Amino acid sequence: MPFKSVLEIVNNVAKITLSGELDAAAAPAFRADVEKAAEAKVKAVALQMSSLEYMASAGLRALVFAKQKMGTQVEIYMIGLQESVRETITMTGFQNSVTFLDEYDASKIEGV
Amino acid sequence: MDRIDTYPTHVYNEFNMRPGRPYPFGATPVPGGINFSVFSHHADYCVLVLFKKGEARPFAEIPFRGMFTRPGTAEPFWGDFRIGNVFSMVVFDLNYEEIEYGFRMGASQPKVERGKPGLHRFDTSQVLLDPYARAIGGRDVWGQTPDWDKPYPHRGRIVYDDFDWESDRPLEIPTEELVVYEMHVRGFTRHPSSGIKHPGTFAGLREKIPYLKELGVNCIELMPIYEFDEFEGSRTHPETSERLFNYWGYSTVGFFAPKAGYAATGSAQDGTMVADELMTLVKDLHKNGIEVMLDVVFNHTAEGNEFGPTISFRGIDNVTYYMLTSDGYYFNFSGTGNTLNCNNPVVRGMVLDALRYWAAEYHIDGFRFDLAAILGRDQNGAPMLNPPLLEVLAHDPVLAKCKLIAEAWDAGGLYQVGSFPAFGRWAEWNGKYRDTLRRWIKGEGGLVSELALRLQGSPDLYASRGPTASINFITCHDGFTLMDMVSYNDKHNEANGENNNDGANDNNSWNSGWEGETEDPEIKTLRFRQVKNAFALLMVSQGVPMLLMGDEMGQTQHGNNNMYCHDNEISWLDWNLLEKNPGLFRFFKNCIAFRQEHQVFHNRWHLHSQDYMGSGYPDISWHGVRSWQPDWSEQSLMLGFMLDGKHARGGLGEDNSIYVFTNTYWEGHDVELPRLPEGQRWHVFANTGAPETEDVWEPGTEPALSDQSNLFVGARSVVILVAK
Repeated sequence: MPFKSVLEIVNNVAKITLSGELDAAAAPAFRADVEKAAEAKVKAVALQMSSLEYMASAGLRALVFAKQKMGTQVEIYMIGLQESVRETITMTGFQNSVTFLDEYDASKIEGV
Repeated sequence: MDRIDTYPTHVYNEFNMRPGRPYPFGATPVPGGINFSVFSHHADYCVLVLFKKGEARPFAEIPFRGMFTRPGTAEPFWGDFRIGNVFSMVVFDLNYEEIEYGFRMGASQPKVERGKPGLHRFDTSQVLLDPYARAIGGRDVWGQTPDWDKPYPHRGRIVYDDFDWESDRPLEIPTEELVVYEMHVRGFTRHPSSGIKHPGTFAGLREKIPYLKELGVNCIELMPIYEFDEFEGSRTHPETSERLFNYWGYSTVGFFAPKAGYAATGSAQDGTMVADELMTLVKDLHKNGIEVMLDVVFNHTAEGNEFGPTISFRGIDNVTYYMLTSDGYYFNFSGTGNTLNCNNPVVRGMVLDALRYWAAEYHIDGFRFDLAAILGRDQNGAPMLNPPLLEVLAHDPVLAKCKLIAEAWDAGGLYQVGSFPAFGRWAEWNGKYRDTLRRWIKGEGGLVSELALRLQGSPDLYASRGPTASINFITCHDGFTLMDMVSYNDKHNEANGENNNDGANDNNSWNSGWEGETEDPEIKTLRFRQVKNAFALLMVSQGVPMLLMGDEMGQTQHGNNNMYCHDNEISWLDWNLLEKNPGLFRFFKNCIAFRQEHQVFHNRWHLHSQDYMGSGYPDISWHGVRSWQPDWSEQSLMLGFMLDGKHARGGLGEDNSIYVFTNTYWEGHDVELPRLPEGQRWHVFANTGAPETEDVWEPGTEPALSDQSNLFVGARSVVILVAK
């Protein structure tokens, strides 16, 4: 399944829905959405990842890029990860940059 | 500002290129492309071969010299991407995650057939692994049987080296404060009893960091983690039909690549991900105060002799990379078929580049060099007085704070313990320490004087280098475990399928009264006591102690002293032993903590047997059954010593005084204790002759002795006292 990234900004939160395989070829599209979210100066990023099937090293780097681009004060939430993607992120140590959530939690993400 | 060298100048078929940069060697991501650079002195033909990951046939072959066109034109012109003896070019628009690469090399010499001697072994039909490949595919999941018909089994992959280290850097723990834990990455957690999510991997080791922290070690030494082929020499045991592997991995395929099969992420076939996993492990170990040392094998490669496979070096420049006889046979100082030509300036450069890479990119804290005596041989194999490789490593700016440790012997008979060319930097695995301590523990006579030297950091061997030149160990991966050392007189290597002919015969071990497993309670008790005796003496010796993974819980290999080929429950650490032998773990843990707490064990320079601090006691004093009267005779099986706290760290530190008494007689003895200054009393930290609940105390909770003048030291026991 080809990679797809859909961005919407609601209540100061950038919601990015990812699907398919996030690899080196796909990473620029994701990074472009991250840049847009950064320009909008959101307070949190919520990555809806339940349809993301695979993440390669370039995809992992895109997460770090997101964190660096947003600044440490902007929380990045990863929601509904498939087990294999979650494992990849954990084994390579990238879980330190993000917070895993099973489902979208407005009270945590939007602070409401 | 954009760089102006990121645009193609040459076109070959559909590929855009430009001349590359010779440095760094290997495949390096650059803006828009990948810079490929490879050395060969004798090849006059070099082709870059590109594969889609895992595919048998290449999708492109691009020559480093030949006819190209200019971008946007069809006009052909001659191009040569070579400077000196280095072929280098940038190829644009490659997806670094999806490709694997290699080289074909050729020269005008006739092809040398396999099995025949030859100086040059060029063969353009072979695709060759880049000696500088930062990741290598082909053995991505440990033990997964390869497709033997697949051409080019070990493939170069690209690593995107932008790991986020945050503020991590090598720890630079003073050498005298190290407690080293030698371990096998896979064996440490592969056993089902490890109870972790990713057994046998870097990620699995990371899950066990809390255990290492609890044990108290502050350095782990990893047996080889450079890419190797576990199927090299793999065979089936003639009787059991069990598959035997190259489990230890002392046979390098690539010096710059971590073993993919040790990564839980290896199955993703993504070199960068494997690197990330290992870097994350190093980062987390550092966060927990634990250094990482690598056991590195630069004495030979996985290509064997003239009958071995052509993987990389021999097809790229055989005569440069290997020590050869004048008629083209391989010298075999390693005992494995070939010998890397380490003092050839180019190979020397590669060794240096590799170590710098691991130190800079992986934040590795130190290196232990397998069969390091070979690194001091010249290109004809003769030992040198002033080996340039050892000197350059000792003085290298990037490696300046790395620990450098030599296994100071080789398989060609060169034994340099105490005489390894150290250049003020190198430490050694002290084989004489191991042998003396083992013989002492089993109760041999005539050793008391030598024991005294070993306990002091071997000043006879390292007079000008200090005790930190001495890596003290009693067991290591080579040989018996500590529990087997007290359970077997002889090796039992039948499971290796070599008729018990492999492995060392001089084990200096004693089975405590019965060969192998027994339910005899007396023998079992004695064995546990002997294990504790050994470890207690290791922990109170000057120098750097190293213990073998699993000794702290009584790991056994059932008398096998050469586990190089076993990937099974004999070699994997059995974590059930922690529950079975909690007293042993408690003893080890407290002894490590005791050593770390007391600076009298952390001397950078040798002791003098003199009182230069005016404390009334020499820095070290020797004792026997009567205090101040050691028995140095041939028959003596007892020795006591006192380390004076005022002389800790050469008088720069302040510590308690420590008294140690070791008795290897089969009977106990009353021992007179040295009198302490007014106001101080002897407290017992450890007494291996006491019942298990009282044989060791948590540092700081040691009870005072009721009798401050005399102490009964049991048969085959060690007592450690602390003055407070």
